[in-house]
Formats: sequence, C-alpha cells, structure tokens
Amino acid sequence: MTLYSWLQLIIYLAVLILLAKPLGAYMARVYMGERISLDRALGPVERLVYRLSGIDPRAEMDWKVYAVAMLAFNALGLVVVYALQRLQGVLPLNPQGLGAISPDSSWNTAVSFTSNTNWQGYGGEATMSYLTQMLGMTVQNFVSAATGMAVLAAFIRGLARHTTKMLGNFWADLTRTTLYILLPLSVVLAIALVSQGVVQTFGEYRTVSLIQPSAASESQVIAVGPAASQIAIKQLGTNGGGFFNVNSSHPLENPTPFSNFLEMLSILLIPAALCYTFGKMVGDTRQGWALLAAMTLVFVTLLSAAVWSERSGNPAFTAMGIDQKQTDINPGGNMEGKEIRFGIANSALWATATTAASNGSVNSMHDSYMPLGGLIPMWMMQLGEIIYGGVGSGLYGMLAFVIIAVFVSGLMVGRTPEYLGKKIEAYEMKMASIMILVPVIVVLVGTAIALMSEAGRAAIYNPSAHGFSEVLYAFSSAGNNNGSAFAGLGANTPFYNTALGVAMLFARYWLAVPALAIAGSLVQKKKVPESAGTLPTHTPLFTAWLIGVIIIVGALSFLPALALGPIVEQLMIFG
Amino acid sequence: MTTQKTYRHEIYQRAVLESFAKLNPRWMVRNPVMFVVEAGSVLTTLLWIQALTGKGEAPTRFIGAIALWLWFTVLFANFSEAVAEGRGKAQAESLRKARQDTPAKKLRGVANDVQTALSKTEVVSSTALRKHDLYLVEAGDILPADGEIIAGIASVDESAVTGESAPVVREAGGDRSAVTGGTRLLSDWLIIRVSADPGEGFLDRMIGMVEGAKRQKTPNEIALNILLAGFTIIFLVVCVTLLPYSLYSVDAAGQGAPITITVLIALLVCLIPTTIGGLLSAIGIAGMDRMIQRNVIAMSGRAVEAAGDVDVLLLDKTGTITLGNRQAVEFIPVNGVNAHDLAEAAQLASLVDETPEGRSIVVLAKEKFGLRGRVIGSSDEAPEGMHFIPFTAQTRMSGVDFDGTSIRKGAPDTMMALVQSHGNHLPPDLKPAVDNIARMGGTPLVVARNNQALGVIHLKDIVKGGIKERFAQLRKMGIKTVMITGDNPLTATAIAAEAGVDDFLAQATPEAKLKLIREHQAGGKLVAMTGDGTNDAPALAQADVAVAMNTGTQPAREAANMIDLDSNPTKLIEIVEIGKQLLMTRGALTTFSLANDVSKYFAIIPAAFASTYPQLQALNFMRLATPESAILSAVIFNALIIIMLIPLALRGVPYRAVGAAQLLRDNLLIYGLGGLIAPFIGIKLIDMLLVALHFV
Amino acid sequence: MISQLRPAFLMLLIFTVIAGVIYPLVVTGIAQVAFPYQANGSLIAIDGKTYGSELIGQQFAAPKYFWGRLSAAGYNAAASSGSNYGPMNPALIEAVQARIDALRAADPGNPLPVPVDLVTASASGLDPHISIAAALYQIHRVASARRLDEVVVESLVEKYTEGRQFGILGEPRVNVLLLNLALDGLQ
Repeated sequence: MTLYSWLQLIIYLAVLILLAKPLGAYMARVYMGERISLDRALGPVERLVYRLSGIDPRAEMDWKVYAVAMLAFNALGLVVVYALQRLQGVLPLNPQGLGAISPDSSWNTAVSFTSNTNWQGYGGEATMSYLTQMLGMTVQNFVSAATGMAVLAAFIRGLARHTTKMLGNFWADLTRTTLYILLPLSVVLAIALVSQGVVQTFGEYRTVSLIQPSAASESQVIAVGPAASQIAIKQLGTNGGGFFNVNSSHPLENPTPFSNFLEMLSILLIPAALCYTFGKMVGDTRQGWALLAAMTLVFVTLLSAAVWSERSGNPAFTAMGIDQKQTDINPGGNMEGKEIRFGIANSALWATATTAASNGSVNSMHDSYMPLGGLIPMWMMQLGEIIYGGVGSGLYGMLAFVIIAVFVSGLMVGRTPEYLGKKIEAYEMKMASIMILVPVIVVLVGTAIALMSEAGRAAIYNPSAHGFSEVLYAFSSAGNNNGSAFAGLGANTPFYNTALGVAMLFARYWLAVPALAIAGSLVQKKKVPESAGTLPTHTPLFTAWLIGVIIIVGALSFLPALALGPIVEQLMIFG
Repeated sequence: MTTQKTYRHEIYQRAVLESFAKLNPRWMVRNPVMFVVEAGSVLTTLLWIQALTGKGEAPTRFIGAIALWLWFTVLFANFSEAVAEGRGKAQAESLRKARQDTPAKKLRGVANDVQTALSKTEVVSSTALRKHDLYLVEAGDILPADGEIIAGIASVDESAVTGESAPVVREAGGDRSAVTGGTRLLSDWLIIRVSADPGEGFLDRMIGMVEGAKRQKTPNEIALNILLAGFTIIFLVVCVTLLPYSLYSVDAAGQGAPITITVLIALLVCLIPTTIGGLLSAIGIAGMDRMIQRNVIAMSGRAVEAAGDVDVLLLDKTGTITLGNRQAVEFIPVNGVNAHDLAEAAQLASLVDETPEGRSIVVLAKEKFGLRGRVIGSSDEAPEGMHFIPFTAQTRMSGVDFDGTSIRKGAPDTMMALVQSHGNHLPPDLKPAVDNIARMGGTPLVVARNNQALGVIHLKDIVKGGIKERFAQLRKMGIKTVMITGDNPLTATAIAAEAGVDDFLAQATPEAKLKLIREHQAGGKLVAMTGDGTNDAPALAQADVAVAMNTGTQPAREAANMIDLDSNPTKLIEIVEIGKQLLMTRGALTTFSLANDVSKYFAIIPAAFASTYPQLQALNFMRLATPESAILSAVIFNALIIIMLIPLALRGVPYRAVGAAQLLRDNLLIYGLGGLIAPFIGIKLIDMLLVALHFV
Repeated sequence: MISQLRPAFLMLLIFTVIAGVIYPLVVTGIAQVAFPYQANGSLIAIDGKTYGSELIGQQFAAPKYFWGRLSAAGYNAAASSGSNYGPMNPALIEAVQARIDALRAADPGNPLPVPVDLVTASASGLDPHISIAAALYQIHRVASARRLDEVVVESLVEKYTEGRQFGILGEPRVNVLLLNLALDGLQ
C-alpha cells in the first residue's frame, strides 16, 4: 500500500474526529434549547413553522405521544412519496416525460426513503422526475434523518433527565434538527460539491456529439438535474439514495477526489459528532468519547481488512498477466467496479464508511469486490448499523448494545447494572433485546424466504456462493436500513420490492419505538449517584468489552450464513 | 466426617432422581433455554428412532450419541438445581422437626399470671391457634406458635431456630418480647399472644425459604432471563434459516448434502447460553443458601439481591462499631484535688457497680494507684457501715455512703446540678475537663464527695479491632458507612473519626433515622440497616435491606426483610458481600457462556458444510478429526461444562473488596478470556478422546 | 394518533416547501451564479459545438484514440451502470480476456504489462479517466496509428494528466476525453 493511501485514510479519520467535538457541542446546544449563533437568522423561521403548524414547542411529550407523533409523521411521508411516484407522469417538472412507477417499486421506494434506508430498486436518471426527486426524495432525506436524530435526542433525555415522564417535543426536535443542523450543512456542502463539478440545474438532459461516433450513435445524452442539493443531504443524513443510478461513482455526482472526500466525510460526520452530543447532554463527555472510540476501533480494523483485500487484487487476473501492483502510476488492485479518480483506498474507505453508517451510497460496486472486501460492508451492516450508524439511529442502536454490555458486566461487579446512574432492569432488557433481535431475524428470515422462492432465486446475477452473498447482502442492507447493494441482484421485481420494503419497515420502526420505550422507562427512574462500586463505562476496558459484546452477539450470529457466502468464496479463491 | 459424607451422598442421590423428575416439560418451560434443549433432545431421539428403521438422515450411532448427550445436558442442568435445592431441603427437614404439631394451652380469656391462666386453659392442637389467640407455656413445653409475650419472664432454648444452644431470656415488654414457635421453654412460664396463623409463622417462612419451594425469580434474574431468551431466539433463527441456506448452497455448488436436522439441533444447543441457562436457578438457590449458612434468613430473594446494590450502610455504634462496653481510661482531678483521692473515691463508688463500666473503674484505680478496693469491701455484700446507692433512671447517679461520707458518680449535668443544689460552687476547671473528654469521643463521669466535685472519670468507647480496615474496604466497594449513635455530636465526631466511618448521625432518634434513610433513597441510593427494637421498625421497613436481630422484638422482625439468627450487627457487611457474590456469579457465567460460542462456531460450521464446501475446512483451526467427531465434541463439551461449573455456581464467584473497575477487569479476564479459550482446549481434548476410543 | 395527525400533515407540508422547494432553488440559484460551468455538466463547447462533458467518458475503440475503461453501460450517460461481476464470475474473466485480446490485436508486440484498470469495467460505466500506466501502455499504438512521434503523444499525455488533488487526495489519472480531443486538434 502506498504512502498516499495511508495518508488519505489518516487524514480522513483525523478530520472526522476533529470535527466531532465542535459539531457535537453545537448539536447539543440545539437539543438542549440553548442559544446558538443561527438563532438570529433562523429563529423567525422556526417560530413561523410552529405558528403555521399550530404547535407549542414547549409542550413536552411522554414516550408514547412522542412515538405516535413520529409514526404519524413518517406514515404520512410514506403515503406522499408513494403518491408522487404513481402520479409523476401527470405532474410538472418532468422534462424527460417519465411515466408512473409500478406499485411495488413505488411501495419499496416510499418505505425506503421514509425509513432513512434509501435502498434504490430503480435507476434514478431513468425513472424519477425532478419533482419526485425534490418533493419525495429530497424532502424525505431531510425529515427521515431528522426523525432519527429526534428519536436519539429523546433517548438521550431519557438518560439525562430523571423522575419525570417527559422526553421533549417531537415536532420541535424535528424542526430544530432540520433548520439548525441539516439545512445549513447541506447548503454549504451542496455549493462545495457544485464547485467540484456536481450538476445543479433544472434544465433537461444534455445531448453532446461523440468524439468517435459509432455506427449506433453519434451523440451521447448526458443526464443532469438538481443533483448537488440532493447529494448533500443524502450524504449528511445517512440516506444514500443517489440522484443517478450508480450513486456517487457517477462523475456528475462525485466528480473529483475532493468532492469524494467531502461526501465521505459527510457520511460519518453527524453520526460521529452525535457521540459528543450525547456525552454533553448526559453531562459526561467521557461517555461519548468511549462510544466513539469503540466505533472507531471497529471501523479502523474492518477498514484495514477491506483495503488490504481490494489492494491485493484478483488472483485470476494475475494469471492473465495483468499488472495489479500499486504504484504511483497504477492504482492497481481489484479495479473492477471502481473509478480511477478514487482508486483502491478511497473506494474501500467509502464502502466501509457507507455501511458503517447506514448511508448506503456507493462510489464503487460492492458486488465486484473481492469476497473479503465484500464481506466487510456486509458485516458492517449486520453489526446492526451501530458503528457510527445512521444519524440518530446509529447511536440509539449502539446504546441498545451498551445496555446489554452494561447489564452483563454490571452483574459481574456485583450490582444491579446501571448506566449513567439509571438502573437497567427487566423492561429495558426486553426492549434492548427486541432492538437487537429484530434486525437479525429480518435479515436471516428474509434471506431464507428469498432463497426458497423461485422469484427470489431468479434475480440472482452472479453464480455460486457469490449469488448467495447477493441475497444476503440485500436483506442485510434492508434489514438494517443501509440501502447499499450487491447491485447485480435484479431486485426491482415485485418479490424483492415487497419483501425488502417490509424488511426496511421492520428494521426502522421496531428499533425506534423500543428505543423510545427504553427512554420512557429510564426517564422515570432516579439517578443513582456514582461511587467506587459503580461500573465505569468510560474506560478502555469497558470499550473493549462493548466491542466484544457487539462482535459475539451482533456479528457472530451471521457467521454461519457468511460461511456459505463470502467466506467460502474467499477460501475458494485463495485456498 | 462420615455423617457429613453420607449426608452429602444422600443429597446427590436424591438430586439424581430429581433431575429426571424435572424433565417434565411443564417444569422445564420455566427455563426457556433448557426447554429448547429438551425439545432438541426429543427431536433427535425421534430422528434416532427413525434411523433405527434404516431411514436415518445420518449414521444411527451419530444421531444416537447426539441425542444422548443432549439429554445429558438437560439432566445436568436439572441436577445442578436439584443439588442446590437439596442442601436447603436437608436444612428444612431439621427445622420441620421443630414445627411438628404440638399441644397448645389455649386461653379462653385474658390472664396476666399463671394461676389465672391455668384456670382458663384448654388443650388444643397448635394448628388450631389463630392470630391474636392467647396461650400459656410452662417449663418444658414446646412453644406452639410465634407470638408476643404479654406476661411472664422465662428462659427459652431457641437452638432449633438459631443453632445456638445457650438459652436466652424472654420477657414481656421491651425488646425481648418476641418468641418463635418450635422453641422450648426451659424455665418459668409465659403468656403469649399469637402473632401468626398456622403455616405462616416464622419457622414456616424459614422452611419455605430454605427449601426454595416458593422461590420467586428476583428482578435481576428476570432481566437476565429475558436476555437469555433473546439470545435463544436469535440462535434459533440462525439455525432454522441455515437449512434453506444449505439447500441453496448444495444447489449452487452442485455437490454435497444439505445440513441434517441433527447437526442443526446440535449447533443450536451449543450456541444458546446453556451454561448460564442451566445453572441460573442453582445460582439463585445457592445464594439464599449461603445466607442461611451464615445464619441469616432472607425473607425474599429480592432482598438478597438488593444487598449487593447497597450504597449506604447504617450501623449502630454500640455493638457494631464499638465494643458494647465503655472503659475507664483516666482520672482527671479538678480544683487541686489529688488524683489518688479521686481514684479512691471513684473506686469506692463503683465497688458494687457490676456494669462493665463500673468494673473498669475499679480496675483502673488498681492499676494506676495500686488501690485494692476489695480490702474495704466485697461486692457480694456491703461491708459494715457501707451503704451503696444503685443507679436508677430517676437519680441517674450511683455511689456509696459510709461514715458520713457520701460519694456519688454520674453524668456531668446531673452531678453539676447536685453540686450546685447544695450551694457549692463548680470548680472552674470541671467544665473544660468534661468538654475535653466529650470532644475526644469519651463519656465523662463526674465524681463528687460530699457534694463537692473531685474530678472526672474518662470512659472511653473502644472501637472494635479491624473495623477501620473493614470500612476502608467498604469504601473501595463504593459503600458509604453511616454510624448511628445516641451520643452527642461532639462524641460522635471523635468516634466516627477513630472508626473511619464516612458519616454519622448523632443523638439519633427513630424519626431522625427514618429521615436519613429517606434522604439517601431520594438521592437514588439503596440503604441497609440493622435494628432490633420496636422503635427501629419504621426505619427497618423503609430501608431497602433491613436486618433484624433475632433477639429483637416481633415488630422489628416483621419490618425487616432479613433476620440474623446470631444477632450480630456486623453481619450486615457479610450480607452485602453475599448479595454481590450472587450477582457476580450470574454475570460471570453469562460472560463465560457467551464467550464459549466463538469456539463452537469454529467446531461446527466447517463440519456442518463439509460435503458442500470442503474449502471451509480451513476454518477448522482445532483440526478436529472428522465432521462427526467435531460436532459431537462440541455437544459433549457443552454438556460437561455444566457439570464442571456446578461447584462454582453453588459456591459463588469469590468476592474481593476492590473497586468495580478492577473487579470487572479481573472477572473479564477469568470468565471472558477463559470462556473464549477453554472450549477450544476442551473440544480438542474430547475429539482426541473420541478418536482414541475409535468412536469415529 | 388522531391528535398528532394535524401537526404531522402541516409539518410535512411545511418541510416539503422548505426542503423540497426553497432549498433546491436556493442551491440552484447560488450554483448557477457562482459555478455555471460546473452546475450545468462541465460541458466542453468548442466553436458552438458541444463535444461532451469533461467529466463523462465516451466510448473509444479506434486505435488512434486512447481507450478508456470498460463500460457496462456502453458509456450511456443517461443510464449509468457497473458490471456487477463477482470476482469469480466466468463472465468477468471473459470480458477481461476479450479486452486483453483487443489490446494485443491493436498493438501486437507491446511488451508492457497490461494495467488492471484498462481491462476492468468502471463503477459508473462513465469513468472519464484511466491511470497513467494505462495511458503509457497505449502511447505506442496511438502514435503509430496517427504516425506521430511517441514523444509528442507522451507530452500530451503528461499535459492531460491530473495529479492527486491538493497533492494528496485521489489517484493520479489521465482524462481520456480531453486527451483524445487534443490529439484530434493536433491534426
């Protein structure tokens, strides 16, 4: 591996960690209702939103009301996205005259975008009108991300507050997240991306002449559109649904190494910073750093494995006399499904980051990765999207693991386990177990159903064990709200659209609601003051233990399945 | 020794039978993990029977061996529970002997002396006694029911309950008025009001507790059970979905046979947390048992668990922190009086004072000034002309009158009043001397001769040896100690400093105690305390862990959730340790059980898909001989580890008084890392053994 | 549930306006003013004729042009796509072998090893770049097809080589479209 590859990975991580504190502190102020610099500019907008929707932002909600508000808002969003797709043919802003989308695909996409998954069964530029992209996709990119962050804010309040029932106001959290966090960051990022060459226009697709005309064609139609504004939020909000079919490997979606850097940074930026927000809100930033450390450790380990795997290249190519050695003039490695401007390091880094967070955008084709390189993103998702994870959802998913880790280790020090002074009891265990159980069941059962059905098997593209991996990857992605794919799988069929839609729905709300339930239970408890007998949850030891629990509970459950996919494929290639 | 052995032998014998009896699915279903194993055992047995008919999915011997070891897994788990219960049952049996029906002399009306009572008695069976009934007992009788003495004083043999053979005195009123059914009256008579209906008495509850018959799951146990059930569901899904995966893979690879049901069940049983699942109930019962061995009866498992969580210990000064007796350590003369004179006067005043304090004054005078008080008189009877004044609550002083001389000693305020009331002025150095002693944690006694103050005796509380270290340990465990004392704040400060407690409550009243507990609880802390008096009852009821002395009153015993049969207030510290040990054992075995899974994946997965993907043999790090031996070894290890850990489950993970961080590190190292590595070795050894025995 | 439906509806409406209309319009406005070239696709217009986007690759098969990456989309810029071949897929090996054969046929006797990016499909199917190694590999063929001195071609390759951005980010690469346009401009 060249020096430059290392440097780029190190710079990426350094910038990410450096930004975690200032952004995290800022977000904590947003959620704690403290004064922030943007108040002057956006305060009137915020108040206008409340006035127009008739909401009293100070009216706090208990967990049930909070959950109901969240569900109602998301259900409505789902209906709107569905309707937009079905009706886009007769709606304006459709310069290409694209027709209505099929019911199953519309259902899939509607669930996909409201659940912050952004699995795309369709190819963007050939399917969606500008109106659908803007009013459906872009809007849900914002509000589904804001939903996840609002639920997290409520969860953190459950830990930070005591002997009350109130977790905050969903509408206020939603509004403040969107106005003060997502929108400003998105505008800045979108403009930066345009400067690099990302398109942002309402004009129609461009037709250009070919330099070397062929018999078939003398021109090339170049799809354009208001891409930058959507890409910015798709990256920041761990959405991942691209404007174009090939997502951020498309040169107009991600034209330069710098645009690539910004987009990659945006994937993990908010999820990482939320760790600091968490620490700040519970009044002990060490707790946030400990979680960030656990995430980063797992991330760096798996990232190294992915980079190593892709850099080593495909032995079959070597046999054909192909030069896969990395030099300053040759990116080398397994370049199938990767772009030259990104090379191996940036592709593997993106693949690891996008699956660590539940982003799901891609800048290279995961299906064409070496088996181990493809196993890493798959495993990242199967961990439960908690290594940084989705905005909001990643941290509350991680906290479910923390609760389990605290429970077992708390017993080991001879006390009823407590986390941040809150006793972890049967109810919390029940909900945390559901949060961990649901994605595992959805992924494994979904894969099983697909493999047993004719429709499921018919969509498989690559032969042998790799075909198994495609199906497993699809359900790992949907069942953890990631959205990336082993894209060879022809998933735009009624079977997969329906099944994956159900998977995404379960994965999102069967985690968000139990998370709120835990918060609702914790918030009523007293805070036990810390003593020498209290299990410290900010130490390297606890961080290591947490990782152990995540690996054993969350990841090893997939070992048998992985053995029949990427593991055996890797062994077939490398013996 | 031999009896001990036969006794154990009996427990084990009975436990073996019990393990089979417990196979009843209706019993098993309470434990979801082991219920799944039992279901797997039944299924593999059916598969084995199918194989016997020649239509087996795998070699008959293999299926048979798996089925057999799965049954063993269930039986071992049942055995652990049965052994734990057996120990309690043996104890319960000896208690039950004391509870046999006894004739009771029930009174048909109220009586306050034995003559009246005798005229009103009718003999009924003890089971006919109801709450609030009155009965009479006379020397030699077995008490038929728990109750409160309303008249009489007598000595009682309580060895049936406490194991302590020395008789104790019980009397009406005061803090020694409670009696327990099943104990025996040694002398005199008592009239007793029944405080519990038959079957609800103290002894009955005790039997119930030690037998574990009505054992309810404790909060932490319930939470852990949920977690284990969650794991079980996950692994159930993992194994069930593996069948379609395997079918597809056979199709895709174009070779091999799909995974067999037998292997799937074996994998499932190996992955679900059978170690902790199988031992969970034994751990809980053994925790209660350890309390009983220390002569503490916990009224619920919840209380034992709460003991581990205690943040604050309220400890009575006297008896717990200090020896019950104060001792004279110094004579401080005032007003120019000779120290020798003071000592002599003090000794004279204490000659017949048989309290430990009084005796210590006599001894001190002898040691310091060679005064031999016994020459003047003996304690047995007053010498000629000497008239001793005993201490009474009214006068609050004691002393002696002889030859027109009167010597008195007593509490400073009483004595000062005495001096002043006779028109004598108080020496200017008296008050400072008194205050100085109080400041040092001592109790001052003022001595006066003929109503003139001579000086002060310094009585000192003697802090128990080793108690300071004990408190330092508690502090490391994160437990705060609060000393409760009736002393004034000045004295309390000094003793608190000497004993090393974190805080104290001086001039404690029952109300102040209750308030203190509530304050701590409002801050989220769990409070433990001991008590024996009726006025302790409200505080005991409020405390999270409340230990009543067995010598205490009935209200105190009812308000408490534990009773210490030894009536040793220091026991509270041990109780906390037992509570912690109980939780630690659960945590450690859960960790061990989870860590075990890693090796089992590597044993079973390559074996399960060997025919479809021989390449997976690369994952067979342990180099297990054949797929069959690999799977069987994992299953056998899984069963044997339960048996091997039974002693640990019963004994509990050793507890050391260190901070939580260190405790976690040590236990993670032993049970986490150990749990990771041990099965690799164990499975490999079993595999080698199977090969050596030509089983495979 | 019912009581939350009204705010849910109104909130969705408001955010549809803010995030779905105002936000993209604002971004478009700024983009069109500040970066009109990039915002409209980085199109290369020479004398009124648009020769493509400098960011979008085109299909080149003639020996006189530098060839780009393999494209699963056939360089259709309205339907981007990768090959999605798994590493063991026989179709992948076939496609790679076909490219090797084509390269060898067009330039027999080329002693250089074939750089991996020249025989593999890009992720987007529209990759405008090849590696420097891939460009160097083709210099002999292009120069002979155009009867140019290899040094001239090489200097052009150098001219259209983009280094790592800010000296660190990404991989050094050659823009095939710009290079071929320049080659055509030479003649």
